[in-house]
Amino acid sequence: MHDVIIIGAGPAGLSAAIKCREWDLNVVVIDEFPQPGGRLLGQLHQEPNGEWWNGIKETDALLQQATDLNTDIRCGVSAHHIEKTNNGYIIHTNEGILESQKLLIATGAAESAAPVPGWTLPGVMSIGAAQVMTNVHRVRVGQKGIIVGVNVLSAAIARELQLAGIDLHSMMLPIKSSVTAEHAHPKKVMDGLVRIAHLAPSAFLRFGSTFAKMNWIRHLAVQFYPRGGVKMWGMPIHVRKAVKEIHGTEHVEAVTVCRVTPDGEEIQGTEERVDVDFVCIAGGLYPLTELAAVAGCPFQYVESLGGHVPVHNDRMETPLDGLYVAGNITGIESAKVARAQGEVAGLSIAKSVMDAVELIEHGIDNAIANVLETRKAASIQFHPDIHEGRAKVAEAFVEHTQTQ
Amino acid sequence: MTHKQMRIIDHPVLGAMNERDIMTFTFDGHTYKGFKGDTIASALLANGIRQLRVHEERGTPRGIYCNIGHCFECRTTVNGVSGVRACLTPLKDGMVVTSGQTEPVPLNSEHDVDELPRTYTEFIQKQKAHEAGDSDA
Repeated sequence: MHDVIIIGAGPAGLSAAIKCREWDLNVVVIDEFPQPGGRLLGQLHQEPNGEWWNGIKETDALLQQATDLNTDIRCGVSAHHIEKTNNGYIIHTNEGILESQKLLIATGAAESAAPVPGWTLPGVMSIGAAQVMTNVHRVRVGQKGIIVGVNVLSAAIARELQLAGIDLHSMMLPIKSSVTAEHAHPKKVMDGLVRIAHLAPSAFLRFGSTFAKMNWIRHLAVQFYPRGGVKMWGMPIHVRKAVKEIHGTEHVEAVTVCRVTPDGEEIQGTEERVDVDFVCIAGGLYPLTELAAVAGCPFQYVESLGGHVPVHNDRMETPLDGLYVAGNITGIESAKVARAQGEVAGLSIAKSVMDAVELIEHGIDNAIANVLETRKAASIQFHPDIHEGRAKVAEAFVEHTQTQ
Repeated sequence: MTHKQMRIIDHPVLGAMNERDIMTFTFDGHTYKGFKGDTIASALLANGIRQLRVHEERGTPRGIYCNIGHCFECRTTVNGVSGVRACLTPLKDGMVVTSGQTEPVPLNSEHDVDELPRTYTEFIQKQKAHEAGDSDA
């Protein structure tokens, strides 16, 4: 029986493990990816101050601390079921069963698809897949590609592909369908971009300021959007063009694109064939919550957090005794916020295992304050209403604990 | 594209790719080389191979989609074990990898696809209509 098992060796899981090890708890961290770091590994962007956020270096720093504290990190281990017992949790994995008193689920996020016809062809991949191939495995995903889906994530990763010398034709919307709905709507996409632009790094900031924040200007911007797109780092971004179909027999050979109305309807007779050998689909991120659900944790739907999230408080406790959550499973935010949340979770767990130690209590307060500071200062913000979303989850936690 | 062109050897921010041990493996009977630290999927892509399996029924080509283990599109057979995710499996020297093939018994639905309910509400409605039809008879 371990004191704590942490599922997910990303920024949240690793920072929580470090805090637990500092209090000498018996910790096991598991992750199904072959190396620790989670999706932090692939991240590479320039902060507004010009400094590079290099996910590999950030991971190395966390790993160094974890290793110095003799943390047991097991990669290639997939958790597929959780049982709650009277005094802890049983975690079923491909390497057998693990048991612990406390459980932290820090599984991060998954990518939503914005599928277009032909998307099952080899050479079509999620934008995150391209990021991992490029920055972690150092393999080019192709010679020339197109990005389907215009949002903060796809813009950041497009830049990463460019840095690796990969040629991008452009970034545009998916064609409208019942499953692509809001990703295919020029006005909604533009609203989303402008609302976050002031927080985002360099070139994205310029993209946002091209269109002032007032609604009528945004409306005009969509109405009279330049046919050649608006260039970011030399690559055209289109909100009035969409990828209609992906072609190829054994792998991607080309796409058909067309112009769309401000509401995302195809304009007939504007089809154009573009030769590409890869396509990245970017439908945004949602919290990866299945394990919290099978454990029996209650959920709250909060749009600004990316979907259904496990109910939790600012100490990262869920209404289930001994179950904690941290990182993107609690809502889509930057890796810095995830890392800060991990510290809170680690300290909360330490305090509960060690039976109320004053010193830890002080640390928890500081760590919670640090999460708020980090959130405020975040240069990549996925949703403008994040604070309201967090407040909604906090209320849900109070409701759940009162009714129990 | 050659093996070398697929690798990102130099990177303006991440720097040069560090020296990695070379590993030899086979995919569908052909011999390839990859690096220590590769997954099966990254080693194959570095060799220009994108198709990892075919749809079990239709035989249409499939490759990686999410590359982090969520979508299960990259299922291959590794050293005789089927259904292994190529994107999560570290490459090992001497590995024998084969692509996923069509299944001998197609999983054909006996129903007309257009007749199937698309939502739970539709399912209930159809069931009720069916029950009403039964009681009439």
